[in-house]
Amino acid sequence: MIEIKNVNKWFGDFQVLTDINETIERGQTVVICGPSGSGKSTLLRCINGLEPYQKGEILVDGISLSDSKTNLYKLRENIGMVFQRFELYPHMTALQNISLAPMKVRKLSKDKAEKKAMELLKRVGIPDKAEAYPANLSGGQQQRVAIARSLAMEPKYMMFDEPTSALDPEMIKEVLDVMIALAKEGMTMLCVTHEMGFAREVADEIIFMDYGKIVERGTYEEFFENPKSERAKEFLKQIL
Amino acid sequence: MFDAVARNITFLLGGFAVTLELTFFALTGGIALGALVGLGRISTNKWIYQPVTLYVNFIRNMPLILVIFWFYFVMPIIAGRPLNPFLSAVISFIIFEATYFGEIFRAGYQSISKDLTSAAYSTGMTYSQTARYILIPVAFRRMLPSLITQSIVTFQDTSLAFVIGLQEFVRRTSIVDNLEVRSIQLFGFVAIIFFIFCFIGSKISRHFEEKGRKLGMI
Repeated sequence: MIEIKNVNKWFGDFQVLTDINETIERGQTVVICGPSGSGKSTLLRCINGLEPYQKGEILVDGISLSDSKTNLYKLRENIGMVFQRFELYPHMTALQNISLAPMKVRKLSKDKAEKKAMELLKRVGIPDKAEAYPANLSGGQQQRVAIARSLAMEPKYMMFDEPTSALDPEMIKEVLDVMIALAKEGMTMLCVTHEMGFAREVADEIIFMDYGKIVERGTYEEFFENPKSERAKEFLKQIL
Repeated sequence: MFDAVARNITFLLGGFAVTLELTFFALTGGIALGALVGLGRISTNKWIYQPVTLYVNFIRNMPLILVIFWFYFVMPIIAGRPLNPFLSAVISFIIFEATYFGEIFRAGYQSISKDLTSAAYSTGMTYSQTARYILIPVAFRRMLPSLITQSIVTFQDTSLAFVIGLQEFVRRTSIVDNLEVRSIQLFGFVAIIFFIFCFIGSKISRHFEEKGRKLGMI
């Protein structure tokens, strides 16, 4: 369970997150949407300790991120993260990208780590690309390798930061299909995305953020078909 | 055709050995100091950033020959005794080349995106694992062509040490020329040797650049 309690964060004088409260139960999929600069990515980065916050508290399985005794490296093993620009290691093949952390962090043997990496590549549908370098993969393939890289650590939670917004339209589906399958298998997911089809199919809750605040929250039907705030109505008009 | 060269070949190649030695020390020191200078240039601590930046800007806007001269003639006053030309040249080159290598390192460090680091962290890797397996290899591959190019430039620059009387390749050639009076032949020989070494170096640099481009890293 991830508990976000009254979190506030500033970049200098600029407040990027204001009084954020949210609880994500195991097995849930939560979709975060909102205009750019609304603090969605920053919130994700706070949850796995890539960014500090100044007020409030975030607990992952009861462990506080702001506690100085918390080992953030250890904690991040449980929280996979996928980025907008894929961020694959450019000097390694797809297989090496996936097997690196299991070998170095979990101390798995090379054979075991690579066997597991192959299984994951099969799961995301590109076992034939094991030996390819990121530069020789399409955007959709790169993002699927990035998802496999995160899954290799067998995380309890997966966070996605606009995973399809850097992709050509015809590649969006192949990435979303992997994400939908993951959600249906029971992975706990937190996704920043504007993909409505995805939200409709798997989101248990949708959060709408603006200017660092959670403005609205609800199920797909509540949010998309019957938004309460003016700001959400305006936003939906633009993306639909 | 190369009769004057042939008569003095041992003496000339002895000079070339000095050139190579000087290049070796200048590169070893220049790259080591340059890596630190590069770190200083991205430091957020102004007590580190500002002095390092001042040093880099000052030296980079100075002709190399002046640095060599200045160091050779001023250091004895400070040290209270004359410096040997080789040591003096090595130190001048390290001071000078470190600023150029420093800027290459700075660009290399800065070419790593914050999200690439975050991606490595989010798989549970520690800072030192991330630096060792991701940041340093990626930055190094990006910097390699520039590092090789700057090394070639350093190799060429060493000939300027002749102004303080160091008997490197060019200086020895000019000594031989004073006796033999065969300028075209002698300096032609020097040019050929320099060209061969630099040409091979630039080919190697080019090779790594192509390789980096294929991996989409440059």
